[in-house]
Amino acid sequence: MKKLLGIFGLLLAVCLFAAWASESFRSGYNVENLIRRTALFGVIGIGVTFVIVTGGIDLSIGSVICLVGCGLPWLLTVQKWSLPAALLAVAVVSMGIGLMHGLLITKLRLQPFIVTLCGLMLYRGITRGFTKDQTVGFGDGYKDLRVLATGKISIPFVQGFEIPAPWVVLVIVAVIAAIFLNRTIYGRYLLALGRNEDAARYSGINTGGMIILAYVICSSLAGLGGVLFVLDVNSAQPVDFGNFYELYAIAAAVLGGCSLRGGEGSILGVIIGTALILVLRNVVTLVTNHSNIEFAIIGAVILAGVIADELVKRYAVKRRAARALAEEATR
Amino acid sequence: MPLLEARSLTKSFPGVRALKGVSLTVERGEVLAVIGENGAGKSTLMKILAGVQTADSGEILLDGQPVALRSVHDALAQGIALIHQELNLADNLDVAANIFLGREPRRFGWIDAARTHREAGQFLAAVGLDVPPTTLVSTLAIGQQQLVEIAKALSTNARVLIMDEPTSSLSAREAENLFKVIQDLRARGVSIVYISHRLGEVKRLADRVTVLRDGENSGGLARDEINHAAMVKLMVGRDLSQFYPHAPHRPGEVALAVDRLRTPAHPRHEVSFQVRAGEIVGLAGLVGAGRTEVLLSLFGVTPALGGTIRVGGQEVSPASPQSAIEAGLALVPEDRKQQGVVLGMPVRENVSLASLRRDQRNGFLNLRREVELSAEMMAAMRIKTPSDRQVVQFLSGGNQQKVVLGKWLAIQPRVLFLDEPTRGIDVGAKQEIYKLMEELARKGVAILFVSSEMEEILGMSDRVLVMHEGRLTGELPRAELSEEAVMHLATGVEVAG
Repeated sequence: MKKLLGIFGLLLAVCLFAAWASESFRSGYNVENLIRRTALFGVIGIGVTFVIVTGGIDLSIGSVICLVGCGLPWLLTVQKWSLPAALLAVAVVSMGIGLMHGLLITKLRLQPFIVTLCGLMLYRGITRGFTKDQTVGFGDGYKDLRVLATGKISIPFVQGFEIPAPWVVLVIVAVIAAIFLNRTIYGRYLLALGRNEDAARYSGINTGGMIILAYVICSSLAGLGGVLFVLDVNSAQPVDFGNFYELYAIAAAVLGGCSLRGGEGSILGVIIGTALILVLRNVVTLVTNHSNIEFAIIGAVILAGVIADELVKRYAVKRRAARALAEEATR
Repeated sequence: MPLLEARSLTKSFPGVRALKGVSLTVERGEVLAVIGENGAGKSTLMKILAGVQTADSGEILLDGQPVALRSVHDALAQGIALIHQELNLADNLDVAANIFLGREPRRFGWIDAARTHREAGQFLAAVGLDVPPTTLVSTLAIGQQQLVEIAKALSTNARVLIMDEPTSSLSAREAENLFKVIQDLRARGVSIVYISHRLGEVKRLADRVTVLRDGENSGGLARDEINHAAMVKLMVGRDLSQFYPHAPHRPGEVALAVDRLRTPAHPRHEVSFQVRAGEIVGLAGLVGAGRTEVLLSLFGVTPALGGTIRVGGQEVSPASPQSAIEAGLALVPEDRKQQGVVLGMPVRENVSLASLRRDQRNGFLNLRREVELSAEMMAAMRIKTPSDRQVVQFLSGGNQQKVVLGKWLAIQPRVLFLDEPTRGIDVGAKQEIYKLMEELARKGVAILFVSSEMEEILGMSDRVLVMHEGRLTGELPRAELSEEAVMHLATGVEVAG
């Protein structure tokens, strides 16, 4: 909880600084845009949180976004599939990818890093193959569907600012994810096996099944993210659509309180972490006019964040151990 | 003046005070045995003497001069070498390379292979190991690897050789050979600090005995005072009969019947036995005899290859811990920190882990039930913790083990397996675990426990099963229990008649 407050404080501080330093940051258009992008990236961040909680990693998210984001318009406009068929196809493919990752990791005991690294190369390569590396998009069609990503919901009595539609998607996904992780036995199983898979298995938990489920959730949300991203920008280039997005998602999860050692994760935290990263990007572009150093700034902030977190944690462990010892001595 | 002297060493770890002011002296050319129950602080003391860990306070003198042993390197430079219980050899390298690992004889910066092999040969001869120095360590038997470790220690010109439970994984013949090497080294003026649980060995080898209990010195014995009863009394601090709360049980129905069980570890051997409700059965044997493997197969961790298992008359075939639990089985595993508890989670969530499925409400956690359950188990197991929100990592070993027991009690098993239930926990907590085992047996739970501690096997069992190299070699009712009878069966000699 303290950690969440800390990261939220940092987000506020960066926002205040940006609002002071740049007039364009304060504009309704910019704020709306930030919120919409946060919602889109938040969805994939929540997905990867489930995998990170198990102590795993998914590097293929960006390529799944590419596969789905290019695949959907390709199926609709090039292959002339019907909308329900195309949506069903991308849903099945995303879940299938997660299932395959999970099976390889649990049954063959391959390392998540390797499996999903291969996925990263595989899905983008496949996409570039079937699209012949051509840009795909919706053109002027599918306006109804695109509302899901580009639509706005006006707030009564508020002028000049409307809630972007993806925010609704994010809230629904986040609420379900948070309930699943914190209020169901399956969420508890994930948290337990993330800290100690053996002990969880010895306690009668089907650890293999739970890990597979985590990868399916992750890839499915990456697929949902892919649909939203392409609806947002209308067209996608297979060569770089979704490039590096897995790193944004992982970084957001870590900033939001996930430990890559597993067993820790917060849905609210990952959303705040996502917002922080996107605001930082935005600030770098607006304030310095040098968007090319954006990665350096984000990298530095995340590194500082995890160092601070580790130091605080060590201090807490020391204090706690000393207290436990003192209590034992007085008994 | 003693060769090595430790004065009032203290050392604390998170949640445990491992040493509370321990002193020890080692004379030149003697075998000093250091004994004590698990958790008495022997291993910590030895790690401090060998520079693996540093003491919080106290001093160490060598030839009467204070020395600072801040690293293994410091200790080796002073002539103190430790041979760990788990061997630390690089088994992909040959014997000579292991002996000189990190100190390779060099010529112009390149390893001088000829000299390495020649000198290694001399040290191998000194420990009576007759293999070429070019042999790959992975092809040696455990007993031979141990001798390589000793040769390695000698190559550093060690004056003090510390051996931590050196016979724990050796066969009787290998152990015999080791004893000869030890006596040889003593004759050459090397001092040996010998840590062991096996009092028979201690009696045979030691010139002097130092006993630790709960991180303190509890006494010492000179050569002519070394006998079994005296050692046990110093180790546990009272007579054995008082320490083990054993009362004879009136066993009920057969709760667990195992017939011709074959485990993946010993696929050619079949194991058959029964455990009755309310009975405590000990499973004895040397390390590697296949005891843990039997429990793991019964509990579905490594499913059995063949044979039948009946729980309360019903045939079951546990393919996973999940199905074993459904059949009414529970296992307190050997490695508490790795398999028993989730260290980073609070007591409450550890206690409820196995019963979440039963107490669920359509997949949702029953949080109120969880709070009740943990309160119930903390009382029943007498878990000492400020609250059930305390993270298990910060509890002592004994309390962690009670958390594991509580987790299993919560599912009310018919049969409880315990694998080395008191390893690494202090004497007080040990006795509480024994009392809990007794209480459970009285309530009709069938208990099967594996232990490498003879005292525990003799003190707690209604009946003892003994294994040797994957086979059951015998069964001893309480009336016929003795250390000799158990060791006899454990070393593979069938009882006549």
